[in-house]
Amino acid sequence: MKRLAKALSAAFGADAKADGHREPVTFTVPVERFADAAKTLKESYAFLCAQWATDDTNSDRGYGIYACFRHGSEYIIVRASMSRDNPEFPSLVKHFVPAYRFERQIRSLMGVTPVGHPDERPWIKFEDWPEDSWPLRKSFDASKRMARHEGQYAWLGAEGEGVYEIPVGPVHAGIIEPGHFRFQAVGETIINLEERLGYVHKGIEKRFESMTWETAVKLAGRVSGDTTVAHSIAYCMALESMTHCHVPVRAQWQRALFLERERIANHIGDIGAICNDAAFAFMLYQCSRLKEAMLATNHRLFGHRFMMDKVIPGGVTVDIDVTAKKEILSELDFLDEDFNRLVRIYEESSSLEDRVRGTGILTSELARELCVVGVVARASGINVDCRVHNPFPPYDSIGIEAQVLIAGDVHARVWVRVVEIRASMSILRSILTKMPGGPIAVECSAPLPDTTGFAAVEGWRGEIIYWLQSGQIGQINRCMVRDPSSVNWLALEQAIKGNIVPDFPICNKSFNQSYSGHDL
Amino acid sequence: MKSLHLIFIEILQVIIVIAVAPAFAGWVDMLKCWTQGRTSAGVLQPYRNIAKLFVKDVVLAGNASWIFRFTPYLVFGSAVVVGSVVPIISMNLFLAPSADIIVGIAIFASARFFMALAGMDIGTAFGGMGASREMMVASLTEPAILMAIFTVSLAGRSTSLLHIARSFTSGALVLRPSIVFAAIAFLLVVIAETGRIPVDNPSTHLELTMIHEAMILEYSGRHLALIEWGSMIRFFLFVTLGIACFLPWGIAVKDNVGDIAISVFFMVIKLCVVGGVLVIIETGLAKMRLFRLTEFLWAAFLMATLGVIAFFILE
Repeated sequence: MKRLAKALSAAFGADAKADGHREPVTFTVPVERFADAAKTLKESYAFLCAQWATDDTNSDRGYGIYACFRHGSEYIIVRASMSRDNPEFPSLVKHFVPAYRFERQIRSLMGVTPVGHPDERPWIKFEDWPEDSWPLRKSFDASKRMARHEGQYAWLGAEGEGVYEIPVGPVHAGIIEPGHFRFQAVGETIINLEERLGYVHKGIEKRFESMTWETAVKLAGRVSGDTTVAHSIAYCMALESMTHCHVPVRAQWQRALFLERERIANHIGDIGAICNDAAFAFMLYQCSRLKEAMLATNHRLFGHRFMMDKVIPGGVTVDIDVTAKKEILSELDFLDEDFNRLVRIYEESSSLEDRVRGTGILTSELARELCVVGVVARASGINVDCRVHNPFPPYDSIGIEAQVLIAGDVHARVWVRVVEIRASMSILRSILTKMPGGPIAVECSAPLPDTTGFAAVEGWRGEIIYWLQSGQIGQINRCMVRDPSSVNWLALEQAIKGNIVPDFPICNKSFNQSYSGHDL
Repeated sequence: MKSLHLIFIEILQVIIVIAVAPAFAGWVDMLKCWTQGRTSAGVLQPYRNIAKLFVKDVVLAGNASWIFRFTPYLVFGSAVVVGSVVPIISMNLFLAPSADIIVGIAIFASARFFMALAGMDIGTAFGGMGASREMMVASLTEPAILMAIFTVSLAGRSTSLLHIARSFTSGALVLRPSIVFAAIAFLLVVIAETGRIPVDNPSTHLELTMIHEAMILEYSGRHLALIEWGSMIRFFLFVTLGIACFLPWGIAVKDNVGDIAISVFFMVIKLCVVGGVLVIIETGLAKMRLFRLTEFLWAAFLMATLGVIAFFILE
């Protein structure tokens, strides 16, 4: 038994029933001890990865509340049941800060109350929806038009001599996704930033429940368009863990190939965009050129610029041949050379360095408190990388390590990306030279009724988690999607405090979180 | 007959200023594209932008006062007025004696004052933010630009642009330490005054980082066209002002067609070169953090002051 599971068993004894058949191990605790379980795990240095609720009223079990924790490579899920008439659970906010938004979301979309949560405002749900419309409940009919009523969002305010408020968005001057940011500032110094997201809420989690297991992978690939490969892989792996489907080795290597290409393309694009926010447009155009070259190659070799729908349950849909292999290798040489030249320019531009160093610092302590993941975490001294801690082949055999810096500023987030691009290039080379033969897909059986599946995959933004649950007739009963943005957006609010207003865009770009993946 | 001739030259100059300014802005943008490794939209792109804005409707905020509606005309008009007194193609400019260089700066300052008022007029957060930033920059650039001009006028023994340019071309002024200091200060100030990198980014879409653009964020249609055009003229004039003060060689002293043609030829070459210098600065630098601007502009002020001191000590 691993560390977290041991700690929970020791503290709870017979109160925590482990379901050892499932991976990760799922403990069921009495609902009134739900927060105690979190406290116990916190004392064992666990991170909170995700928190979600299920509606099991159709099978007469009321509602379920789940929390997923991680420590190193160990994941653990704690669940509790709530009665149908009184669905409430003790809030985890006191122990884990990210629960702040998870629980607001649970209350807004599932109508389950976190007792002791300090903030009763809705999250993602719009304020002009009727009080009792909870889209994730089974009784909610998604095909009907939502009734609207008057509603106002209660913003946090600040008062005092010289304090003023800057509302930005949701419609921005540039072509980016919608999100509202409200700054309280004194002069140019930001004393508080409040985010308001949810403008691209599409009801994706609800939509999953009306799809079949095979078609749902397409939806997973569209949760956040720029991370389509990682999301598809995470969904497929969660499904494969439910059905004990053994994916051929070559397909897994191929998935890693897609994943790393997606990572390189997006990281290069990010680096250019970050520099552009310091008005260093040269980097933007040069990085865009490299990114475009990769996307064009993707289109030529795999039939889609972003490799959408190339990963399916049981394998992948496209194979690479010898000429494709050669093409990727020669493209890597060209990318490598051009990219390193750009990195040298980045390093040697002192005016750029002045902007990125010391800006938007997310300290290690804060990053740990906020349980951030991905590039943001690794730039703040937190060693999390699913490819290292929970590898699927070929990551278990090609020897990679997490790239961790401690500064936590914009430069650190750029530099983690730079180092990861170089690492991903060498991963791609090893994949291409050592890729085993064999089939690229197998047929997977449908999941049995009433089972769950779980997967965590390192997308380019960070750890993506899928948790699937089948219903009584084997249909999709619940599909929980946890994009890295769901936790990292909160960190941006904290990192920006004390910075000046004109430095917000560059900080925001260095986080570059997905609105779509967060709003679902 | 003589005065008719002068009026003709004056009108010619005003037309040239209004007509050529967008081409100069286009030239700078074109060079910028090239240095970034892109193909450019060409020198004519600013004309197309202006034409496009003129055919679009004006969207006006419900609570906009006369200040908001009046400012675009003031901005454009003030730029044209200054354009009529800076000796660009000829020394015998009809209106040039009516205003010296300090008046020119003051006219620009009043346009800026109204622009800041217009920014705050609508009551949006960005307008106020941009206005406050613009005023901060202005409070630092204006002393520096005046100091730089004092140095030149000390050397030229007049604040009149005509006198300064004449004494330069007549060889009374050679390249001296005070003038070099003043020229450096003037270059730094022009970058700040015209809202270019590393002070401001004219092509940004990021509302929160804007200075000049934040003030005019609510403008549209012909209002925006006039402000943009006015800004292009302002940019062009600052560059020609610098050329008139620091590189006046080649300007027509007598008003015959041949001399004016030569003067226009030299002007084009000088503009192309100065545009190139600005672009190299812009491409090679990232935008400064807002509060670093004080250091940048103090450096300009220091340079200008050194110019004045150098004049008295060394010359």
